[in-house]
Amino acid sequence: MAILEAQNLWKTFGRTAVLKNIDLTLEKGQALSIIGSSGSGKTTLLRCLNFLEQPDKGIIRVNGETLFDAADPSTQSEASIRKKRLHFGLVFQSFNLFPQYTALENVMLAPKLLAAEQPNFKAGKKEIYARIEAQAKELLNQMGLSSRMANYPHQLSGGQCQRVAIARALALHPDILCFDEPTSALDPELTGEVLRVIRELADQNTTMIIVTHEMAFARDVADHVIFMDEGVIVEQGDPEEVFENPREERTKQFLSRYKQG
Amino acid sequence: MKLILEQMPVVISALNIGFIQTLKLFFVTLLGAFPLGLIIAFGSMSRFKPLSCVTKLIVWVVRGTPLMIQLLIIYYFPGLILNNPIWGGGETGRFLAASTAFIFNYACYFSEIYRGGIQSVPIGQEEAGLVLGMKKSQIFFKIKLLQMIKRIVPPMSNEIITLVKDTSLSRIIALQEIIWAGQSFLKGSHGISGAIWPLFFTAVYYLIFNGILTLLLGRLEKKLDYFR
Repeated sequence: MAILEAQNLWKTFGRTAVLKNIDLTLEKGQALSIIGSSGSGKTTLLRCLNFLEQPDKGIIRVNGETLFDAADPSTQSEASIRKKRLHFGLVFQSFNLFPQYTALENVMLAPKLLAAEQPNFKAGKKEIYARIEAQAKELLNQMGLSSRMANYPHQLSGGQCQRVAIARALALHPDILCFDEPTSALDPELTGEVLRVIRELADQNTTMIIVTHEMAFARDVADHVIFMDEGVIVEQGDPEEVFENPREERTKQFLSRYKQG
Repeated sequence: MKLILEQMPVVISALNIGFIQTLKLFFVTLLGAFPLGLIIAFGSMSRFKPLSCVTKLIVWVVRGTPLMIQLLIIYYFPGLILNNPIWGGGETGRFLAASTAFIFNYACYFSEIYRGGIQSVPIGQEEAGLVLGMKKSQIFFKIKLLQMIKRIVPPMSNEIITLVKDTSLSRIIALQEIIWAGQSFLKGSHGISGAIWPLFFTAVYYLIFNGILTLLLGRLEKKLDYFR
């Protein structure tokens, strides 16, 4: 069974249809990359999956459970959406780290707040916090940031900030980790260190959706590629296929622009 | 000069009593206006149109008219026009009326500063909190509040220092604060009359107190310098 199924997603802003009839499935442990020019709806799609935007039509299922159905208001209450968001993690283009917290605190904040909602929290508070801290430290180690845990975001480079943001998202063990152009705000020299981390996650079979303009990376790391244009999925398939033998004219045009550049 | 030195002990002790009333009004105003300002800020940012319109109207009226007139209306209107002297007589009544006017007036100014502070926190901070499964209240208290405080400390410091001096306006309803105490020596108080220097001397109290406040608020600003 697919871990993620999105059916017939539609989203309009005012009179502009940004997503038109998007169907999407993702298998557990797979990496999906979404490519396409700016304004093609890639980011809106990720935002819909993370419930930052509400689709006008369509269904989102995770592990067979219907998380969202535009036709069923009972799936749309604020409180239930908060829990459903936890199936997904989202890494933003602009990091959005919390500036008043250190790298370590950024990673620990949400797990601590969620732990406090558990019924047996008071009794085991110390151990729970210790476990959360150990896990956060391990994640930051994994991101190559062991010497940076006590630093505030403004003391870190863009690449380091983005790696903290990845650790922060991983700390909640999302079923599906989404990346929204994770390297677009970075200098070329810092891009590599972030891509390396994402590649390692792919190697560990983390289920991921990656919106990116890094074509070579999208091709290498992904098990499946989607090309979007003007709110529709124009073409999708195996990365080799899509990049080497695109069937659709629009895909060819888009890819040739990258090959020239 | 010799005369002034003779009058000094009596005058100082009277001014001290007046200044205590000044400080009381200052702190009560802050205590009331800090939270009320936040409520007004949320009101004016509400997506419920009637609420935000009414709040904006109130803020416009309060900021658009002199505090001195507001003091006079709040103190005299209930008793003289409505025949319902809600404030009661004496110094307590005057203090209640003055506190009400000051809290309301300053809450309106604070609300605009809060609004600027809240709106200056990037939307990405809220979105990051949301995707991490936080509640709206957690996002406000754990993420946005401190960033907002950092941004509003400088404009707030300005208002707070202005408030110290604005308390003197309560002289208009004869609240016995320091200006009233200084002025009383013109008309014969504690056996001294025709002395104008005590009134001038009150300025020293304001100056010293504002000096202390400036230092404290500067320190707070420095304390919040650890993040950007």
